[in-house]
Amino acid sequence: MATANDRKPVPAGSGLNDDIGEDKRLALYRSQVRLRDSEQRAFDLFLQNLVKGTSHLSLGQEAIAAGFAEAMVKGDLSFCTYRGHAHTLARGVPVEKVLGELMQKDNGLMRGKGGSMHLTSEEHGVMGSYAIIGAHLPIACGAAWRAQIRGDKDVSVCFFGDGTTNIGAFHEAVNFAAVWKLPVIFVCENNLYMEYTPIKDVIPIPQPAADRASAYGLERILIDGNDADIVYRTAQKAFAKARAGEGPSLIECLTYRHSGHSRADPAKYRPEGELEEWKKHDPVKLYRERLKQFGVKDDVIAEIDASVRKEVDDATEACKAAPNPPLDIISTDVYADGGWAWRN
Amino acid sequence: MPEISYRDAVTRGIAQEMTRDPDVVFLGEDVAKPGGCFKATVGLYEQFGGVRVRDTPISEQAILGAAMGAAMTGLKPIAEIMFSDFIAVCFDYIANEFPKARYMSNGQTKCPLVVRTANGAGSRFGAQHSQSVENWCMMIPGLKVVAPSSPVDVVGLMAAAVRDPDPVIFFEHKSLYNMKGEVPDGEILDTLGTAKILRQGKDCTIVALALMVGRALEAAERLRIDHNIDCEVIDVRSLVPLDTKTILASVAKTHRLFTVEENPRLCGWGAEIVSIVADEGFYDLDGPPVRITTPHIPLPAADIMEDVVLPTPQRIMDTIRRSLGG
Repeated sequence: MATANDRKPVPAGSGLNDDIGEDKRLALYRSQVRLRDSEQRAFDLFLQNLVKGTSHLSLGQEAIAAGFAEAMVKGDLSFCTYRGHAHTLARGVPVEKVLGELMQKDNGLMRGKGGSMHLTSEEHGVMGSYAIIGAHLPIACGAAWRAQIRGDKDVSVCFFGDGTTNIGAFHEAVNFAAVWKLPVIFVCENNLYMEYTPIKDVIPIPQPAADRASAYGLERILIDGNDADIVYRTAQKAFAKARAGEGPSLIECLTYRHSGHSRADPAKYRPEGELEEWKKHDPVKLYRERLKQFGVKDDVIAEIDASVRKEVDDATEACKAAPNPPLDIISTDVYADGGWAWRN
Repeated sequence: MPEISYRDAVTRGIAQEMTRDPDVVFLGEDVAKPGGCFKATVGLYEQFGGVRVRDTPISEQAILGAAMGAAMTGLKPIAEIMFSDFIAVCFDYIANEFPKARYMSNGQTKCPLVVRTANGAGSRFGAQHSQSVENWCMMIPGLKVVAPSSPVDVVGLMAAAVRDPDPVIFFEHKSLYNMKGEVPDGEILDTLGTAKILRQGKDCTIVALALMVGRALEAAERLRIDHNIDCEVIDVRSLVPLDTKTILASVAKTHRLFTVEENPRLCGWGAEIVSIVADEGFYDLDGPPVRITTPHIPLPAADIMEDVVLPTPQRIMDTIRRSLGG
């Protein structure tokens, strides 16, 4: 299995302004730090009993969300799972809006009506977070079909976990997208565990997504999902393909979640030392080192770290101070007329 | 007035809306080039082309999911699920996705789409291709549910469903596809949430849906001739929104209520109507509301068995006559 150890070292003398460039690299770093700090804050707030319901953190998986979001342009659409905080934040949704929803406050993205698993911000291209495994792959196909019919240039990107590759909707959607040549990108975040069970115990092949690609006439793409540069470059290629009308991509990103499946899971099923081993290949740490290798000065990195921390701190305080949602929205927006009336 | 079949009315309704609105698209299994398993969409592919009218793989989840994604981003899709029984394999979209997206997103997400599907018995197809499953959908907040009983209602309610901003499940009855009825020329647009009184009466109210409407009318005619019982017959047409005003007003006039339902007994739509009348029209009633339904069994395939389990005009007539003491 590819790990961070298989990564090519940065070639000596390659400047910061290679194909990715300084501005984009700093953006990739900022995004990853922002996702890391926000998720860590969500966990801390959970320990204080201020995050209610459930929550599924992307700690350790930040490079995938950051790499894809930074490769997107305005108008591209993200379809996320219940593990969707990072993908939502990565599209530019304010931290306060996300933490507010996790804390089920009136300042939340959906004012507490959706909760942690359903983060949606259409103005940022976040077309929903779906909590039924596999449900959003066909939905992303539909958005892509609209783009194809209208000649729109946007691409729909659908993120999901390794466990999703065993549900029917995955296979229906990838086949459908391949047959119709839809501008959609399927991104499998293989964090090695479907929930508590290792993915390798429930598939007859080594790689849950990459090894299925050939069944749908797609290229086998397996990348290090902890390296934001690799993710970003892979994403760019897939976007170019989709925008050229050449159809979907299925990309498997290897990664590892630092926390359990959900807030209730201490992840005791993991072998001793595995987490520590993966933490050596922590995407945020890796990228900070990469910036230094490229000669980015410590104070530039520190400034990014501090400004992100301030956004997360300010958001936390705003959420703590925010009122609960008013109960009169319980019965709004069931139907398009704004209400819930099912009879006259 | 020209007569067309219920089957051709489906095509007519879809064609009317596709002509009016270029955002209306249509997808499903064998719906385009083959013209549909029930030949209810013949000619749409030729008229509107392969971009807007598309055959899909046998992938019901992909069909409904794609319809939803297209609807969320600006199109007005009509998706066909060939037999309504197959709703069970894509029920996630019907139960969890279409109806909840708007609510969970606090009004951000829109889902204006129509799922049309062939429902009901009469074709001797057995327990997995003959069910009446409109109640599966009626129970879900956020959906609208219609089931027309005549060609003109098919056209008008199809137009209303396509233009509606909410997800609509449109149940066509497969035993009605050959039925003919008068349909005026020109554009037809009906209103969701409106029941129709098809026969005025003073002795009892019969509420029916889809295939059962014709049977209720036949029973009413025989009750008048043979027993001098004067029945009012209401075609519910739309289960959600539900036109409770028309039903309650009728019961206030006739003082008795009968529902005729093709669905198996438990949790059939008639149970909700009886419950509403019991709550809000109790003092108008002169006797207990009575539900005439298919028994709570899977449907048998054999014609002689299927004929026995569905409510027939004879069973409707006998039940009403006994109940009214005539």
